Amino acid sequence: MTETRTGSPLSAGTTTGVSRRTLLKGTAAAAGVAIGSGAITGFPTIWAQNIKNVTLRQFGTGVSNLNAVADKVKEDLGFTLQMTALDSDAVAQRAVTQPKSYDIADIEYWICKKVFPAGVMQPMDVSKIKNFDKIVPIFVNGKLTPESAVAQGTAPHTVGFVEGKDSIKFAKSATQWMTLIPTIYNADTLGIRPDLVGRPITSWTDLLDPAFKGKASIINIPSIGIMDAAMVCEAMGEVKYGDKGNMTKEEIDKTLKIMTDAKKAGQFRAFWKTFDESVNLMSSGEVIIQSMWSPAVAAVRAKGIQCVYQPLKEGYRAWGGGLGIAKHLSGLELEAAYEYINWYLSGWVGAYLNRQGYYSAVLDTAKEHMSPDEWAFWMEGQPAKTDILSPEGKVMEKAGAVRDGGSFKDRMGRVACWNAVMDEDRYMVRKWNEFVAA
Amino acid sequence: MTVSAVPSEASSASAAPRSGGVRRSVLRRVAPYLQAGPLALTLLVFLLIPILTIVAVSFWDYDSIRIYPDFVLTNYEELLTSPVTWKTYLNTVKFAALTWVITLLIGFTVAYFLAFHVRSTTWQMVLFLVCTIPFWTSNIIRMISWIPFLGRNGLLNSGLISAGLIDQPLEFLLFSDFAVVLAFVHLYALFMVVPIFNSMMRIDRALVEAARDGGASAAQVVWNVILPLAKPGIAIGSIFVVTLVMGDFITVRLMSGGQSASIGLMIANEISLLQYPAAAANAVVLLAVVLIMVVAMLRIVDIRKEL
Repeated sequence: MTETRTGSPLSAGTTTGVSRRTLLKGTAAAAGVAIGSGAITGFPTIWAQNIKNVTLRQFGTGVSNLNAVADKVKEDLGFTLQMTALDSDAVAQRAVTQPKSYDIADIEYWICKKVFPAGVMQPMDVSKIKNFDKIVPIFVNGKLTPESAVAQGTAPHTVGFVEGKDSIKFAKSATQWMTLIPTIYNADTLGIRPDLVGRPITSWTDLLDPAFKGKASIINIPSIGIMDAAMVCEAMGEVKYGDKGNMTKEEIDKTLKIMTDAKKAGQFRAFWKTFDESVNLMSSGEVIIQSMWSPAVAAVRAKGIQCVYQPLKEGYRAWGGGLGIAKHLSGLELEAAYEYINWYLSGWVGAYLNRQGYYSAVLDTAKEHMSPDEWAFWMEGQPAKTDILSPEGKVMEKAGAVRDGGSFKDRMGRVACWNAVMDEDRYMVRKWNEFVAA
Repeated sequence: MTVSAVPSEASSASAAPRSGGVRRSVLRRVAPYLQAGPLALTLLVFLLIPILTIVAVSFWDYDSIRIYPDFVLTNYEELLTSPVTWKTYLNTVKFAALTWVITLLIGFTVAYFLAFHVRSTTWQMVLFLVCTIPFWTSNIIRMISWIPFLGRNGLLNSGLISAGLIDQPLEFLLFSDFAVVLAFVHLYALFMVVPIFNSMMRIDRALVEAARDGGASAAQVVWNVILPLAKPGIAIGSIFVVTLVMGDFITVRLMSGGQSASIGLMIANEISLLQYPAAAANAVVLLAVVLIMVVAMLRIVDIRKEL
């Protein structure tokens, strides 16, 4: 990575990084000198030798459990980060039922709504989070810009804060105690095979277009799938929702009736549950239009198969995740966790995530770690001047390409709804299972 | 049992002063229990206690994140009154029945061929080992390898199209009930072949000869001699296949593209949504149904007679 970007304005930053590491290696034994070097480079406090013995166990969904991050943590902070990747259901389950089995939970906001009230996690003191005031305002007050409307569903700011240090009650507005430090989020839409759909796709209703009979798919994780279904039904004009993220029983019934009828008519080729299933369905041509995640689209394209993450006129379904700290963490391990979270927001990971097509919570620091061309392509929706590389250095987009959906503002500014967990959750899940079994 | 053993031991000790002989006779009486002990303990810890736990949890209450110790019947009520449950059971039984019929036909034929048509024991063993080759890789891999083969643009469809036999790809091949049953048959046919082959090898060849001498046709020999004598093998194979299919979830999920339901899948879904009590209730009902099926099979065929 360092080699490929030498010559970019970034190289200055990289060099200081290298010298800091060299410095650290030479002085690892002497904690005093190490603290000094931390002060010189402006990097978070360097802890005494014993922090190297700390191991933090992080678990979460596959999207952000990246080995590259664990390696970089070892390099920059000295301690070990163990990552476990599970699917969203399993994450929610483990977070509640085995709270001692992890130190850091990397969970989505809708999972947080389920998990935090169980009292298995502790909120974080925002005064210890260095870049807190630079976090994208979506996570603080729900608005990307002061004018924008708050989207429906479990919007991150509604479960982002609790009332006090030991509280498990979500606060109505920002407080000093944050449940999750946002790390990664994105706006989801339908993925299509432009070579096979044969016409422009503009609306969520196209998922149920009989023209694509036997060639559509939808995600089979109830709390996410129901949202995609709601976007479709609302776009069709068949169901009017008070709040798509918190449906009434009647709204759930109507939505799933429409989906069940479509299923019985043979609209769906398959349902998918994991990232790789969605990639395989799309690249094999079994499915030509489906709910999809942005890196899955990238994975299909990486095989040389056309795939578009199609912006739709009704807007996006957004999701976001963050890092939370387990209740049992204290002392040196807790300090290490704060250290890690501050490091997470300090730019390197942000740039890594942005380059994968996700968004990072603190944009300013991520920008420092990206080339102007990368920034313009990923965040501003401008045509790429040079080939756009993935974080691993593979070519993702050729020069001249434009990101599907355009700029950060165009995409995150058009969020219709966040992934959600509803009050009628249990009823919804039962009905969803009926739909799947129908 | 132990209670009754203790007083007799005490009385015999007081009656006879020859303590050495007493110790030996006590040992003789206790030995069977000691021998059965390890197995009994293993079954208790790893089978009985977990099952009792499941039964207990099936009466608990739950919400979306936690479960509460309680005694409620709602889990069973919701399960047994839901039409989805009945539909799912019907679907699972359908898979089990189809798989059973097909594996039985294949298993019987293969075993018959191996036992009666292959003359040399060496060849019998060689061919038998050939049957087990698919089992050298994992279940999941054998299952997943069907997906690129049967897909819309898969090997089979491309082959048929280029041979000019069809002009549209056959959609029913993958992500359908057909695909599910195909995978089940592929996975479980050997479980039918082995016990039937085993039963057939024990059949006294003189019986077949006698039937021939008595003027029976080949079909009559199979129907009236071999089939009745192979029944224990058929019963054991059937128990394997039926219980495996009834409890399966991953085959149904992968091969139906997540669009078909089975009991196992239903339980897996409930577990993944933290609805442990509902999953436990479902598991208890499934256990009861499968036990009834096994008992019914054992009623028809007395396998002990042949073991």
